[in-house]
Amino acid sequence: MQTLALIEEALQYGFMQRALIVGVLIAVSSSMLGIFLVLKKYSMIGDGLAHVSFATVAIALLLGASPLLVSIPIVVVASLLIMTLNERASVHGDAAIGLVSSFSVALGVMISSVAGGFNVDLFSYLFGSILAIRSTDVWFSAGLTLVVVLAVVLYYNELFATTHDEAFASVIGIRTKFINHLIAVLTSITIVLGIRVVGTMLISSMIVFPTVTALMVSRSFKTTVVLSTFIAVISVIVGVLGSYVMDFPSGASIVMVNAIWFVVLFTVRQLRS
Amino acid sequence: MNNLMTVEHLSVKYGNNEVLSDIHFSVEEGDYIGLVGANGSGKTTLIKALLGLLPLNGGTVRFEGDRRIGYLPQAAISADALFPAEVSEIVATGLLGLKRFPRFILKSDQIAINDILRRLDIFHLKQKRLGDLSGGQQQRVLLARAMVAKPSLLILDEPTSALDPKVREDFFELIGDINQKDRTTIILVSHDMESVLTHATKVMMLDRRLLFFGSTEAFVEQHFEKGGFH
Repeated sequence: MQTLALIEEALQYGFMQRALIVGVLIAVSSSMLGIFLVLKKYSMIGDGLAHVSFATVAIALLLGASPLLVSIPIVVVASLLIMTLNERASVHGDAAIGLVSSFSVALGVMISSVAGGFNVDLFSYLFGSILAIRSTDVWFSAGLTLVVVLAVVLYYNELFATTHDEAFASVIGIRTKFINHLIAVLTSITIVLGIRVVGTMLISSMIVFPTVTALMVSRSFKTTVVLSTFIAVISVIVGVLGSYVMDFPSGASIVMVNAIWFVVLFTVRQLRS
Repeated sequence: MNNLMTVEHLSVKYGNNEVLSDIHFSVEEGDYIGLVGANGSGKTTLIKALLGLLPLNGGTVRFEGDRRIGYLPQAAISADALFPAEVSEIVATGLLGLKRFPRFILKSDQIAINDILRRLDIFHLKQKRLGDLSGGQQQRVLLARAMVAKPSLLILDEPTSALDPKVREDFFELIGDINQKDRTTIILVSHDMESVLTHATKVMMLDRRLLFFGSTEAFVEQHFEKGGFH
């Protein structure tokens, strides 16, 4: 009973409402993209780009600018850079991510030392801070989530064909390079949105966890997308409310709920076979 | 017989290494061409060049009329057994080439999908996950994907190399049937000379250059009746 009362109390607060709205929006866009990244073996790109966003947040804080506005263009460029290095085969894909991501972390640390060391602001971007979400963030997240969802819906079949068999997709006239770049750009946007809620250290789990969990039990591509979105949304809601009730950090709580989903569905799969 | 595709002076390079030089041939409607040659002779490279997957170093590939090609890639047996995709979803992607943005699969497309699944005797697998099927079944699903848009030319790259002998023979019979009943032109890459000679009506032999292109009878006469195959 006390838990319910606490949840009711939590929902009265503006910051909790904003956290839930933004969290759900990010859950939707990250899980919709997750399946393409995981199945194309691009999971680590999310992680690499999250590290890039650490550097861009440090730059924005140094300049006193909006971290979201500064991060989106730079992270988009970084994602295209990783893709291009990968396509030209001059650097191995995973190594390309490693290069870009460690360079960015180093850059971020240097910038923050210029700015007088790690302050509370930068720390809040590392692990997310729902207290810091303003109402402009909510509108911004809603707009960009709409872009991601629309792009996935309109290009769904091309994304699916390119993910399943790139050579075949190319033969029948799908611009596979464009589709790969589309995935990279949408991922960048999603990551930047997510650092507010779960932080740069944990955002890639929002992309990978729901999809991998859904893969444990689903048969078709479409059900995987729907199931992973459902898992992601529930995880955010339970994670954010649970973090209030139990006084845990919200970003980490969301990831923990995701991990529990995974263990449960993994067990279901093992029992079935 | 009408010309379907004409290839002139085609050459392909990997770095400084010319892997195909000065290839000439034309494909006529209704042909069933077996493309043979040793490993590294450039069979797959030629296929990729015809499909536009590789840049040409020189020469031209010209299609008469509609360029409608169905393609069954080499080693198509799903490498990722975990990949979540039902047979109907995979086959539907074969229709995307006919569509414009946004390339949605409509209810009416299900008719074409059902037709091809029935034609290849795999309708009962429609809702199954690709990774759960046997090698022969997966190969039929990918053939359905290649054929669902009713291509005039079907290119198959080593379609039977991963199949056991019984399934392989069934598959060859199916391809022969598609060639004769549906009048679909076929180019089939294979290292299995015996099957090619049994089923194909023309033989193309490569070793970085075109060594032979003509009817199967002429090929047999030239290579086997003058002191055996060499």
